[in-house]
Amino acid sequence: MNWQPRGIVYGVLLNNQREADALAPRMHEKPYQGSPRAPILYVKTANTFSAEGAWVRTPRPVEIGATVGLVIGAGGAVVQHVLVNDWTLPHANFFRPPVKFKCRDGFLGLGTPVAPVDIATASIDVLVNGELRQTVRFDALVRPPARLLADVAEFMTLREGDVLLAGCDVARPLAQAGDRVELRGGALGTLAQQLVEEDA
Amino acid sequence: MRHARVLVDGKPQHAVERDRALLLDDGRVLAFDAATWLPPVEPLERARTILALGLNYADHAKELAFKAPEEPLVFLKGENALTGHRQVTKRPADVKFMHYECELAVVIGRTARRVRRDAAYDFIAGYTVANDYAIRDYLENWYRPNLRVKNRDATTPLGPFLVDRDDVPDPMALQLQTTVNGEITQLGNTKDMIFDVPFLVEYFSSFMTLQPGDLILTGTPDGVVDCQVGDVVVTSIERVGALQNTIG
Repeated sequence: MNWQPRGIVYGVLLNNQREADALAPRMHEKPYQGSPRAPILYVKTANTFSAEGAWVRTPRPVEIGATVGLVIGAGGAVVQHVLVNDWTLPHANFFRPPVKFKCRDGFLGLGTPVAPVDIATASIDVLVNGELRQTVRFDALVRPPARLLADVAEFMTLREGDVLLAGCDVARPLAQAGDRVELRGGALGTLAQQLVEEDA
Repeated sequence: MRHARVLVDGKPQHAVERDRALLLDDGRVLAFDAATWLPPVEPLERARTILALGLNYADHAKELAFKAPEEPLVFLKGENALTGHRQVTKRPADVKFMHYECELAVVIGRTARRVRRDAAYDFIAGYTVANDYAIRDYLENWYRPNLRVKNRDATTPLGPFLVDRDDVPDPMALQLQTTVNGEITQLGNTKDMIFDVPFLVEYFSSFMTLQPGDLILTGTPDGVVDCQVGDVVVTSIERVGALQNTIG
């Protein structure tokens, strides 16, 4: 295992404006009965941490969640960025916490942290078996990093070693056992992992 | 054995209960009243996984107008949420409904992956008491209960002691009780859990590997009430301990 966060990794639901817009017509219906007010966070637990080259076991097709992790340093400042793959079993209902969809062993691919980049202009190419399937951009975030950090700080403290994910793009590609998935993030580096069948 | 962690000379130290006082590893003895209590779990090199159950007692599910869940309703917490015995938990100035939740907390003792329920207790180090406060004003129907309700700093007192597993022969038959300023407000028994401790270890370890020091907070029974600044809340579980917290 290469680099691992020492603290808690938090992700944020619906931080992409296109995804939020797509869901907007349903937000006022049951079960949600309103659009999210504050950041809706989830946790990627330590058992999900997996490295470059790892074999990630999945029981069925899985979403590729390419994004950037903001690595928190002393005093709450962002000291590094890290390319991550927030692997997620597809789920269309966001009413209950997504633990069994997001916290399976190996379900957070982690690159090598780098000096912070300009996220507004960053992009991540998602390749499956060498074929480009998506280019993730961060130019349409509901809460860009500074705002996200401030809104989270309103209700909890991110501590040194914690990581906050900037949010995944809409229409995340699916991959399945046998696929090799590579993220290419320019200055953010690269991250390649292999999906394998989870034995029953 | 009942283990505690306390701040002595500015440093966290391990202690055990001996004759209603704390015996430090270096031989010193500290009165309960003189101690600064920390959560009774050792710090970890990696992130601690803290699983918490919602609606795991049928009466509490009914109290909150939910049907009993068909599979565990679980959410996660960060280490920032933990605090020790006799500490203060903040009530935000603008809220109308902040309530305690007395819960049996399970501390994992061995790496647990695909554990069957009949072997589950082998993977448990011991038990402690959690008070999993919720601030209901902030509830949203997105990944509910959302972290703004459940993961605020120091809103999950834990302790006073980590009690070794074998000192609690039947964790599924323990009386729970909460008092607010000495008045009993919550009563229950762990036998009324919808998903019991062996089931929870089997269920979680079926898709995630748990490590020593990870926690499962097993949910709370009926009887949660709003608490005000200055209230002293004591969440107690038979054989495990009485955890005191003050709302500040």
